[in-house]
Amino acid sequence: MTEEPFRTEEDREFGFETRQLHAGQRPDPNTGARAVPIFQTTSYVFEDPESAAAYFNLQEYGNTYSRIMNPTVAVFEERVANLEGGMGAVAFSSGIAAQAAALFTLLQPGDHVVSSGALYGGTVNQFKHLLRKMNVALTWVDPDDPEAWRAAVRPETKAFFAETIGNPSGNVLDIETVATIAHEHRIPLLVDNTFATPYLCRPIDWGADIVIHSATKFIGGHGTSIGGVVVEAGTFDWSNGRFPVIADPSPAYHGLRFHETFGTYGYLMKLRAETLRDLGGALSPFNAFLFLQGLETLSLRMERHVSNALAVASFLRDHELASNVTYPGLPDSRYRPLVEKYLPRGAGAVFSFDCAGGRTGGQDLIRGVTLWSHLANVGDAKSLIIHPASTTHRQLGDEELRAAGVAPGTVRLSVGTESIDDLIWDLRQGFAKVAASDGRA
Amino acid sequence: MTDLSRYQDAATIQRVIHTARTVAVVGLSGNALRASYFVGYYLQRHHYRVIPVNPRETQILGETSYPSLRDVPEKIDIVNVFRAPDALPGIAREAVEVGAGALWCQFGVVNEEGNRIAEEGGLAVVVDRCLKIEHARYVGRMNWLGFNTRRITSVRTGLQ
Ligand SMILES: Cc1ncc(COP(=O)(O)O)c(C=O)c1O
Repeated sequence: MTEEPFRTEEDREFGFETRQLHAGQRPDPNTGARAVPIFQTTSYVFEDPESAAAYFNLQEYGNTYSRIMNPTVAVFEERVANLEGGMGAVAFSSGIAAQAAALFTLLQPGDHVVSSGALYGGTVNQFKHLLRKMNVALTWVDPDDPEAWRAAVRPETKAFFAETIGNPSGNVLDIETVATIAHEHRIPLLVDNTFATPYLCRPIDWGADIVIHSATKFIGGHGTSIGGVVVEAGTFDWSNGRFPVIADPSPAYHGLRFHETFGTYGYLMKLRAETLRDLGGALSPFNAFLFLQGLETLSLRMERHVSNALAVASFLRDHELASNVTYPGLPDSRYRPLVEKYLPRGAGAVFSFDCAGGRTGGQDLIRGVTLWSHLANVGDAKSLIIHPASTTHRQLGDEELRAAGVAPGTVRLSVGTESIDDLIWDLRQGFAKVAASDGRA
Repeated sequence: MTDLSRYQDAATIQRVIHTARTVAVVGLSGNALRASYFVGYYLQRHHYRVIPVNPRETQILGETSYPSLRDVPEKIDIVNVFRAPDALPGIAREAVEVGAGALWCQFGVVNEEGNRIAEEGGLAVVVDRCLKIEHARYVGRMNWLGFNTRRITSVRTGLQ
């Protein structure tokens, strides 16, 4: 180890735009490479047996195997942790894998989770089926009702889960209030911040303990890669008596007490050294590189996403074939006070509306547009459109559909960064098609 | 809560880490799964001389364990404390007496009186920070595991 003459660094608070470019990366010490190198390697040569042992025992920070850590992935992890104001982060091969890992790290069979019912359909499926299989009980609550969160708590409750901006119904979480209720019961609040991104909202600033992203969306920003990431604030007391799975000696890591030994790092260490090791959903270095490219322009893209989204939402609000526009950024949204508090830079770029004509109306609109891409994703720089009742939310029953804020004619938009006039021109084409078949009917 | 930020100054932390050679770890455990052992082990790997101070042990990490700071026969650069906060004033007094360079109190080891004694005795004081983490942040490889070092720099430094 070379310990060279040092230059003292100041403890400066750098701006978001600086950190989205620099956090997590220092010029490569070996080569001086300015871009983040893609370390496309499965494994790492150890200096000697003692070093290898120290890395595996977690006594020293060292690379062992790319299922557990990789230098390119680590730059991505640190950058997201930095932008979210967290202690650290662990990346995963998808947002869904990140959610599963975040929960599995703190749950045991017999536990209970309280979750917002207004979630991405894939998350609803994951919770409903996978958690039950693991013998974890679940209560869905209306995220807008603080008393519902409080009333759902049981002695074995281990987590509250919600999205900052619900997919697709656009409900905005009162993070501070729900976090306070969670903490009154010594429970952590997990927030899926995919739709807001750390540029629009940092849930940790409002009391959230764990923040999860599908990096697939705005973080990557260009629709190229699937990935996810879990950030932890590092402030939750895992030794509060409710989490023996983190505080007690771990049989899966030769008796290590993760919280006692690593303190504020305990949860993240366990998430990586046990959960990622054992579930195996590691992010590939190449995808991490693409996500880093995305993060470099996050603030610039989000500014454009939210201004286009507001313009599209205003157009729809005034259109006779559209109703129930759920964009929380509209001035008359019932979420206005929460948007002003939590999302002052804009309320994201994903929302839904109900197209006249129900199921057929929604499908006609999609047939009529030629610029909006009909696909099952959000958060691309390109504008996207989908009809949830026949796609993403197809597995849900009527009641669950309603709970998720989806009607038969609901159409979900992810507003991209194209010229705004072109996006509106294209929606007009779609509505012309809806009107035409309405006339036929 | 007392304001600890004056005991968490980035420049002081970096100066202490970069200039120290000998670290007396007060309350170092002989149990390899305890946080203090992790820190001691790590410091040895990074070429610090670690001196255990623990009256209940004779040897830890291959080094003689001393009952108190007064018994340590060498010059101490950092007194690194893993004890309950109320033990701090006594430890700080001894640290001043033996002419240590810095008092470094680990997470949760917060005691106003102890900090004041050390400060008035001319020691650099760092409180509620982990020596291993701060070393790994500025010199080591904490970033390799996705932790937020909060460092922003375009300066190219040597091999890790
Ligand atoms: C809000 C939200 N969370 C999580 C996910 C799951 O992420 P991934 O598709 O990367 O597994 C999605 C995907 O659509 C999402 O929209």
